[in-house]
Amino acid sequence: MKLPIYMDNHSTTPCDPRVVEAMLPFFTDKFGNSASRNHSFGWEAEEAVDQARKQIAKLIHADSKEIIFTSGATESDNLAIKGVVEMYREKGDHIITSSTEHRAVLDATKSLEKKGVQVTYLPVDKAGMINPDDFRNAITDKTILISIMLASNEIGTIHPIQEIGKIAKEKGILFHCDGTQGVGKIPVDVQELGVDLMSFSAHKIYGPKGIGALYVRRKAPRVRIVPMIDGGGHERGMRSGTLPVPLVVGFGKACELCEEEMPVESIRIAAMRDRLHEGIINALDEVYLNGHITQRLPGNLNLSFAYVEGEALLMGVKEIALSSGSACTSATLEPSYVLRALGVGSDLAHSSIRFGLGRFTTNEEVDYTVDRMIKAVNHLREMSPLYEMAKEGIDLKSVQWAAH
Amino acid sequence: MAYSEKVIDHYNNPRNMGSFQKDEDGVGTGVVGAPECGDVMKLQIKVEDDKIVDAKFKTFGCGSAIASSSLATEWLKGKTVEEAGQIKNTEIVQELNLPPVKIHCSVLAEDAIKAALNDYAKKEEVKSSASS
Repeated sequence: MKLPIYMDNHSTTPCDPRVVEAMLPFFTDKFGNSASRNHSFGWEAEEAVDQARKQIAKLIHADSKEIIFTSGATESDNLAIKGVVEMYREKGDHIITSSTEHRAVLDATKSLEKKGVQVTYLPVDKAGMINPDDFRNAITDKTILISIMLASNEIGTIHPIQEIGKIAKEKGILFHCDGTQGVGKIPVDVQELGVDLMSFSAHKIYGPKGIGALYVRRKAPRVRIVPMIDGGGHERGMRSGTLPVPLVVGFGKACELCEEEMPVESIRIAAMRDRLHEGIINALDEVYLNGHITQRLPGNLNLSFAYVEGEALLMGVKEIALSSGSACTSATLEPSYVLRALGVGSDLAHSSIRFGLGRFTTNEEVDYTVDRMIKAVNHLREMSPLYEMAKEGIDLKSVQWAAH
Repeated sequence: MAYSEKVIDHYNNPRNMGSFQKDEDGVGTGVVGAPECGDVMKLQIKVEDDKIVDAKFKTFGCGSAIASSSLATEWLKGKTVEEAGQIKNTEIVQELNLPPVKIHCSVLAEDAIKAALNDYAKKEEVKSSASS
């Protein structure tokens, strides 16, 4: 087993060697511009792009004409939300989203709010899931768009997308779904889910960084968006700019591999995730799961270790790449807004660690991580005045803290 | 964020970690911070003849908070009560090479020292008024 161990696969994933292999010829020999219509270099590139588009579309059960390439999911989210609002503003100026969306969605809606667009942020329950009834109740005659993520990047909770899609269709509201964390990890069928636009990205599914896609429905309804980047009219006029052919090819290959391997891979990863969870809770008390117990991504485990602070914990296991909802690890010095939205107390939000298992995680790495986490938590609890007080039977909630 | 070697050393080998009985004679206890803010420090001193003969800490917080309080106990030992009151957070920042975003950890350590000294002073006052 090699150190350091990478267990932060929600953040990014390594490129699968098979993806890299597929990409390589397109940097050198097959370097043509896929928009060049007059020579074989262009045709060769165009053919590769067409194939990739098919591989990508197949993964989400879309038509290849419905795939628009972007620089990544952040751009896709911005293009979907701002593009729809600009196109349909005359129909209405109200959009609905949830409080636990990724920053790419929340910052896009905030920017629209400054331009006079009304935004409703749906709450989530304790498991981080939105209630479709809340969506139904939030709809007004001005609502033109709902944007809900497929699965949470922090806690892995999978939202009831199909139910939301049904309501959206019934009410004639467009439905954008940020699929970044779910596509490639769980089965996605945009027809079944009733999604009109879906963002996703290559680097979360063992493809290259720098490329993503936006699925834009062409039939029932035909969705139109105003582009954010004008130019040569590429990507059906929705996103101009020469396509990065090697990245497109890599994205396509990554999608193909996900589709082929998902049935086996998702079970294997979920089993390792459960092994990690059980190993930890069998040895430590007061460890709390954040997120949904069953409706969650196979590779996600988000735990709060009471009485220890997340950043200190990361420091104790620094040969393992993990992420924390602690304020100290964020630039804003605020604990995770996602965990706060679940009703997790600030104290437990500060104590949270996100484990992200992936295709290349091994059982050996899981067992090593369990062992190191137990040691680090015990080391810090021994040092923690809160643990000492709790063991003395003091209710920490009743203490008057000198907040600073 | 990369930690300084000194912070890592205090984290791995905390000095004077533990607790005294709060009601023990000569012991002053300071608890500062709040769990919601992500850091709580408990710092205790044991005073004999106006001199700090021992100090202990327990900290819930990031590595810098742990190191700041661990270092504070090292510095407190052997100082008089008056000298202890003069320890400044900036000295802790300097010693541990804390980056700007971690300065609040050193402030908390200074607050903890002051709180422990105040608690000690209060206990002494009660003792002297009881005996007079």
